[in-house]
Amino acid sequence: MMDPRILDRFRAIVGSDGLLTEPEQLRTYECDGLTNFRVLPSAVVLPTTTEQVQATVRVCHEAHIPFVARGSGTGLSGGALPIEHGIVISLARMVRILEVDIPNARVVVEPGVLNLSVTEAVAPAYFYAPDPSSQQVCSIGGNVAENSGGAHCLKYGFTTTHVLGLEVVLPDGSLVHLGGTTLDRPGYDLCGVFVGSEGTLGIATKVILRVVRRPALIQTLLAAFNSTNEAGAAVSGIIAAGVLPAAIEMMDNLAIQAAEAAVHANYPDCGGLLLVELDGPAAEVAALMTQVRAMCTSCGAWEIRVAQSEEERAAVWKGRKAAFAAMGRISPNYIVQDGVIPRTALPEVMSEIERLSREAGLRVANVFHAGDGNLHPLVLYDVRIAGQERRAERLAFSILELCVKAGGSITGEHGVGEEKKAFMPVMFAEPDLDTMQRVRCAFDPERLSNPTKVFPRPRLCAEKPGPYQPHPLEAAGIAQLF
Amino acid sequence: MDDVATLLRDASRDGQAVIPSGGGTKLDWGRPPRRADLVLSTARLDRVLEHAWADMTATVEAGCTVARLQHSLAEHGQRLACDPLWPERATIGGILATNDNGTLRARFGGLRDLIIGVTLVLADGTVAKSGGKVVKNVAGYDLPKLATGSFGTLAMITQAVFRLHPLPHETRTLTFAATRLEPLCELALAIQGSQLAFVSLQVRADGAAEPALDVRFEGTRAGLDSQQDELLRLAANLTRVDPPAAVWRIREELWQGTEPAVTGTFSVLPTELQALCAQLDEVGTAPALGWRVVAQGVGVGHFRLEGATSDALVAALQRLRAAAERRGGTLVVLVGPEDLKARLDVWGSPGDALPLFQRVKQQLDPQGTLSPGRFVGGL
Repeated sequence: MMDPRILDRFRAIVGSDGLLTEPEQLRTYECDGLTNFRVLPSAVVLPTTTEQVQATVRVCHEAHIPFVARGSGTGLSGGALPIEHGIVISLARMVRILEVDIPNARVVVEPGVLNLSVTEAVAPAYFYAPDPSSQQVCSIGGNVAENSGGAHCLKYGFTTTHVLGLEVVLPDGSLVHLGGTTLDRPGYDLCGVFVGSEGTLGIATKVILRVVRRPALIQTLLAAFNSTNEAGAAVSGIIAAGVLPAAIEMMDNLAIQAAEAAVHANYPDCGGLLLVELDGPAAEVAALMTQVRAMCTSCGAWEIRVAQSEEERAAVWKGRKAAFAAMGRISPNYIVQDGVIPRTALPEVMSEIERLSREAGLRVANVFHAGDGNLHPLVLYDVRIAGQERRAERLAFSILELCVKAGGSITGEHGVGEEKKAFMPVMFAEPDLDTMQRVRCAFDPERLSNPTKVFPRPRLCAEKPGPYQPHPLEAAGIAQLF
Repeated sequence: MDDVATLLRDASRDGQAVIPSGGGTKLDWGRPPRRADLVLSTARLDRVLEHAWADMTATVEAGCTVARLQHSLAEHGQRLACDPLWPERATIGGILATNDNGTLRARFGGLRDLIIGVTLVLADGTVAKSGGKVVKNVAGYDLPKLATGSFGTLAMITQAVFRLHPLPHETRTLTFAATRLEPLCELALAIQGSQLAFVSLQVRADGAAEPALDVRFEGTRAGLDSQQDELLRLAANLTRVDPPAAVWRIREELWQGTEPAVTGTFSVLPTELQALCAQLDEVGTAPALGWRVVAQGVGVGHFRLEGATSDALVAALQRLRAAAERRGGTLVVLVGPEDLKARLDVWGSPGDALPLFQRVKQQLDPQGTLSPGRFVGGL
């Protein structure tokens, strides 16, 4: 139970309707999209302005209360999982689009603005490129925290590629501006450091985004193969030929079955399905599509369709974007993983996943961003069967180990959060993690901002990091050295 | 790498200042450091450690020159999609430290978008890796971006991992000239607002010769032909001329000319480019200064101002910076006379993030060992 005097202070900042304290209200915030971790926060504060965020954070700073910023709560790694005895600061009421500057392809938004709303604000000529599958409901603030990806980041880059500047409330309540509307602002690229820091460095209250001109032509090819290995060979061939598609997605048979059951995507029933999207000037797309088609055929594709119209494309993508949720149709429970491997390791990693799956006696469906080696193995299980959940967790983690061993990463776009922090040492040595935490100490020396996430062990920051001391031994005439 | 760690640790312990150095092409950028006891050269850290061509990534040591890396990547039809200054001499560590992005940024992003992993040696000898060897990776903080553009003040970069791109099938550059800069800047905006898939776009002006605009495309023959047709429609009222030799390296000429002179860089919104160039013309006219500019469509440009005295240059730079800042932009003096650099803050205002910059510096280099004073706000 939180000190009522503290709650009064929060209430004075955001008003009664901006503060939630009743257990049944708090229940909504006890987890994010990763529902197997749950913690009830002491309170939820819903500010509507930067000043309110600052004032709230100042109270936390003074009273030493940890806080977790939360957008739409769709994260898949427990990044927005509350901290015990801490508060959640929900940015869901900061939803203004502050500026749309089409000639410069810039948009300035508050963090609660939904990903898809940015595209809607600049359509039809422009779009916001990062497109996580949850784009209809996830917020830009959450995307910034997680450095969200999506199918089209193969060509267009990730959230970090499209965030030019940030207004950030630091964990002591002070306000800083990182980056800006123009490129290359003098100073350290702390905007680049902040994006993907999973809420551990402060709270973004304003985000300057770059939007992208919609290409003249977009075509999506769907190709059916007998196996994911054949489909994978086609991917390698396409990339080796110097073609950079906007997206390359792959699904295995189990994932196809689930997508069919859920949204009737009308996919061919095959062992490995490939979606390849090309975009650009019409003549360029036409020339490259011929190459892609030939490559698929030579790798064993027995059915190829090319979606031309916007409706046909939407239909093709529908099954892919619904793939995670679709698992509910074929399994009562599932764990989504987010490993990355060098693309060339796909065949061996796939056969190893198959072996692990057999050993564990659990089914694994596979959905990949095949172009960049980002795997989303979905481990299917039934929580009602004793021991299955644990087996599923173990299997999911073995798959991650496999990814790291292959030279990859434990997370491509979902973040480390609560779920994978214990796995960070598999990927990074102690000095690597320690160096990252030194950066953290510069932002959040008191460890108040989402303090228990990302890192397996906290680093103790000096009580007060001293101000920068100019080197005492100043010498004249140094420039001559050059 | 162990050598670097030992050297840095010892220097740090002894209170010495260390200046990391690559090809030395940009060592005079920024402020002169407050102190320099040791120049730590990456010249012998020059290997391409791995070119995973099928995965389109490469791991390279910091001292490898850009040209040598590109040459090696080209064996498998690939490249680092970036065209920085003086590639024959500039090293990977150097272009990263100075964030020297070239013209290909218009299509492929900056170095910050191409680097996917880094090995850093901190002043206390800590060797730290961040990022990895895969393009898509969100595990841990993005320290490759922190190192990029840090001007050797946070850590020594010893290795970098990059995502690569295929070499283009074909390349085509078109150049247009006009009597005034205005229609060229308008064309630059029209191109950026069109569906043309250009890879480089720059405007050139110098107050004497006719200003020009260059645009470069890459792709298949059929794709290039149709893009050229569309561009010619957009540029119907302009004269197409032959591009000059080495047109995409032409900004290198801004480091040559009569002295005293300054070479600097500015960044404004694309729509403000024309106004800033007009300002350059204005400050260059009275009193008579020589000026030249090569600016990219994205709003980042390099310029050179030549004058009779440092006084005249300082006054011109102050007016120019004020014009850039009024438009939300920035202006940085890269190279100039020592006395000018002493009188003018070469970096301009760091804004409200300076205390945070200082805390980052304090955490990673508490003794102020690395390039002390070279960067923004005396970092």
